[in-house]
Amino acid sequence: MQYMLIFNETTAETGRRDDPAAAPAYWGAWNAYVGAMWDSGIVVSGNGLQSPRTATHVRVEGGKRQVQDGPFADTHEHLGGYFIVETASLDDALEWAARAPCASAGSVEVRPVLPPPTNAPA
Amino acid sequence: MSDGVAAAVECVARESYGRLVARLAWQWRDLAAAEDALADAFAAALRHWPEQGVPNAPEAWLAAAAQRRLLHHARHVRLTLDPRVTALLDEAEPEAPERQAVPDARLQLMFVCAHPAIAANVHAPLMLQAVLGLDAKVVASAFLVSPAAMAQRLVRAKARIREAGLRFETPEARELPARLAAVLEAIYAAYTLGRHALDSPADDLRKEALFLARLAAQLLPRQAEAWGLLALLLHAESRRAAQFDAEGRFVPLPAQDPAGWRDDLIREAEAALWTAARLRQPGPFQIEAAIQSAHAQRRATGQTPWRAISQLYGVLVQHHANLGARVGQAVAQAEAGEPAAAVALLDALPLEATGYAPYWVARAHVLGLAGAPGRQAALQRAIGLTDDPRLRDFLVAQLG
Repeated sequence: MQYMLIFNETTAETGRRDDPAAAPAYWGAWNAYVGAMWDSGIVVSGNGLQSPRTATHVRVEGGKRQVQDGPFADTHEHLGGYFIVETASLDDALEWAARAPCASAGSVEVRPVLPPPTNAPA
Repeated sequence: MSDGVAAAVECVARESYGRLVARLAWQWRDLAAAEDALADAFAAALRHWPEQGVPNAPEAWLAAAAQRRLLHHARHVRLTLDPRVTALLDEAEPEAPERQAVPDARLQLMFVCAHPAIAANVHAPLMLQAVLGLDAKVVASAFLVSPAAMAQRLVRAKARIREAGLRFETPEARELPARLAAVLEAIYAAYTLGRHALDSPADDLRKEALFLARLAAQLLPRQAEAWGLLALLLHAESRRAAQFDAEGRFVPLPAQDPAGWRDDLIREAEAALWTAARLRQPGPFQIEAAIQSAHAQRRATGQTPWRAISQLYGVLVQHHANLGARVGQAVAQAEAGEPAAAVALLDALPLEATGYAPYWVARAHVLGLAGAPGRQAALQRAIGLTDDPRLRDFLVAQLG
């Protein structure tokens, strides 16, 4: 089964990236985690994302385009990255989710990937 | 509702839940129905006790209420196959259960939960729910399983108990050791899940596991391994506070100040281990407890007897060659002055060790002692694989 691990970080946790005192530990933990995932052979694809400040947000409302800088809303947690993994079961995917550094400083959402439609035209 | 009544209900729940479920399940041969009936009885208690006052014998009151509920249900489904049920149906008011009718129904319930017909990964969750009444959601979080999947596994296990007609009886003497091992394993699994956690469902689980270990030893005083498990958990528990410093950072065992270990628990552990030793039935839990007892010696002597610990691990591996024991053996051997042999032990472990965080923690430590290269890479892997945030922070700080 393929699952997406969706890494949500608190604003404070994302802030550690720009804090010279905290950044080495922050990246040390993430690099080790991502390295362990790749080495285990479960990774299909995945990426970390730049800070939510860098987001640009587009919406069409009543036929009118609205483009905004910044994230969608002022929420407590932000998307920090994602991985698609191939594991034998949800339990295995949850085990990897629990190992993510943001599991204790945010949350990890685990969702099954929708399989491609079987009757798709060739 | 007054706080007094709520507290009384909580107290009865903690004291009697397992006993009541076990007794009802045994009478009715249906664990799920017994749990439902008891849940209704507790709800009724919360409604009636504030007005009528807490009864003198709250456990008997709950048992009678649950019994009525089960009878009511039985009348509806006309479950009259069992002559004893038919007999009960004629009684206007079921009598309060006698506590001593069976030695302790909770023990039978533990054995049923760890029955070989039930999948091993459900033993501990089922026991926690059936004997202690923990919520399926709490159990799911502790075992890192989705709540829906856990609920399904528990329901399936209970259906299996009903369909297979698993008997609520103490197993025959000859099958006792095998069944007891499964019971003790389940208690141990519950404890280790909660070991590193604070203020989480897993933390509650630790206390519940300790309660079950004490209960198992009390109910089976002639079984050395039950005492061995109790001694092991008490030693672990004695060091809990010393595991973290004032800032909440993880402190590994060799760096802990023994003054922070709890003397009362160490003494209780040592007494349990002595009780076990006198029974002359050696087993893996007793050996693990002896290893922890050796670590506890540092409190008196200021020294950790690594040579003795390394030998005890050698015996443990012969009993129980699991990864944890073999990793522990390597660390003890390295600390006892043979780091090169310890590296060789780790190298010889099967491939699945590479998915196990403690293996990499041990490898980094042993390579460090041996002055061999590869320590950084092992640390990296340990950091990537651990799900314990405080251990992760500790390891990241070692990266240097």
